Amino acid sequence: MVEGLELLTGKAPKPQRGQANALRDGSRIAVIGAGPAGSMFSYFLLSMAETIGLELDVEIFEPRRFCHRGPAGCNHCGGIVSESLVQRLATEGIRLPDCVVQRGMESYTLHMDVGDVEIATPLMEKRIAAVYRGNGPRSSEPLETHSFDGYLLDLAQEKGARLIPSLVSDVQREDDRMTVICADNSRTVYDLVVVATGINSRLVETLETGTAEFARPERTKTFICEFKLGRDLIRETFGPSMHVFLLDIPRLEFAALIPKGDYVTLCLLGDDIDENLIDQFFAAPEVRERFPGGEIPPHACHCYPRINTRSARPVYGDRLVFIGDSGSTRLFKDGIGAAYRTSKAAAKTVVFHGVSAQAFHDHYAPLCRKISNDNQVGKLVFNVASLVQKARFARRGILQMTAHEQQQEEGPRRMSGVLWDLFSGSASYTNVFLRTLHPAYVGNLLWNLISANVRGDRTAGKSRSERGADHVHH
Amino acid sequence: MQRIDNMAGLGKEYNVGEVIFRQGDAGNCMFVIQDGEVEVIAEANGREYPLRTLGPNDFFGEMALFEKEIRTATARATKPTRLLSIDKKNFLGGIHEDPSLAFRVVKTMSHRIRDLTDRLARYE
Repeated sequence: MVEGLELLTGKAPKPQRGQANALRDGSRIAVIGAGPAGSMFSYFLLSMAETIGLELDVEIFEPRRFCHRGPAGCNHCGGIVSESLVQRLATEGIRLPDCVVQRGMESYTLHMDVGDVEIATPLMEKRIAAVYRGNGPRSSEPLETHSFDGYLLDLAQEKGARLIPSLVSDVQREDDRMTVICADNSRTVYDLVVVATGINSRLVETLETGTAEFARPERTKTFICEFKLGRDLIRETFGPSMHVFLLDIPRLEFAALIPKGDYVTLCLLGDDIDENLIDQFFAAPEVRERFPGGEIPPHACHCYPRINTRSARPVYGDRLVFIGDSGSTRLFKDGIGAAYRTSKAAAKTVVFHGVSAQAFHDHYAPLCRKISNDNQVGKLVFNVASLVQKARFARRGILQMTAHEQQQEEGPRRMSGVLWDLFSGSASYTNVFLRTLHPAYVGNLLWNLISANVRGDRTAGKSRSERGADHVHH
Repeated sequence: MQRIDNMAGLGKEYNVGEVIFRQGDAGNCMFVIQDGEVEVIAEANGREYPLRTLGPNDFFGEMALFEKEIRTATARATKPTRLLSIDKKNFLGGIHEDPSLAFRVVKTMSHRIRDLTDRLARYE
């Protein structure tokens, strides 16, 4: 058991300079967890080490097998690779093959009580990837497909990382080296330990226990489930679009139906999602309309995974670093993108600056702080979105402004862009927020709020299905 | 075993012979080949001069990201092809945060300069 922060992180509150412990040929690195953060860290570390002629010994601890369907192979996530991350990975030379992408998507469809609108990419190009973190839902048919996490792990192994299929139960500092202890009580010494277990693991809890200064990330409960509808029906009903719902349900921040092969994944994010909130969501007509006959079918499998709402503190120490969800990630969106950014920043730090707390403080922590600061702006943005959820007149204005923009061949698409980046996580929350302060955005929104509500009042009293003119599809 | 859904792939599809962009066109993105094959051709005096043939995971059109936004060659699909475009904004924004993102592009451009130099030397 870890007995204190200094034992675990080996770090005084303020790190001293000149402690850069550079890795050498043969240095041993333990990566705990083979989710996107752990595999991408290993991939980038070995790629960069190869570039400068450094030979490292990287071992990835992962007891889970991603070839399994259902919970045994799953990492409990909505499974969206954002537009910006798809482009970054392609630039890095990491191509997501067809067997990994369950569905390429080219648009978001926003559903509200006042109508629906589809927000498309300008080029009508599929740049958002819906993936399975494992190998599909429980009891699903075997597919010629590949788990996203499994694919990244394969890339890391092709670079030279070794997979150790063991569960890590503890990490301890001994004689200026890190010892990894597995559930079978085996102990192995490493020059660096990288914690990439996510936040739904026992190891992060173990590391927190007994340490006054280390705090694991703060969490909230979400809900994910899979509906089997068949790919023909999904193609016809959902198309290459992710369906997002802006509904007046307390504590619900984000809801999306994501088409994937024969299944549709439902993802509910908010403040401690519970059965009451799920029932309210399924009772909404905007949701029921998406399913055949307006009936919610039984789900194939479901889970209540937890997600970060605040980063771990601290996210590094001498010869120790936390990446991905274990350390710092984005609020609600683009967790895989945050795993990419933190894993690469940590790999660069290790190869070019060493494995001391000082090196991580100087070269890795700034990115984590940037993500955390952006999440604070994100909370403000989601608070505004909550107000919109409660205000019907605001929903009317947003629907009209977005629909007008989507009908235009040219010209700025300010509301579409804001919604796109908010749904997809393609831009930072700070960037999204600043764009909503642009005078042209504010003026256009005010005009649409007035005109849509004058028009909306005239159609007041009609049922949702009768308001054909408000139901915008493209 | 079920077959992979034909909606699974990323990017935009191009037919055999379809021109992706033409020399002299304005451009603000590069392309990464997801599937298929693309030939890059220089056009001069009414003739076409093949520069290179590219396959999956190769990229082209990168010069538009760094300098004037005019395409210096024509790109055409020689097989059924799917391409992912990389925005100038996304690419340069990524490099601003992480300069090493440009490493692969710079390395490939270096190889291409070396290849063109060799071909020029042989020509002379």
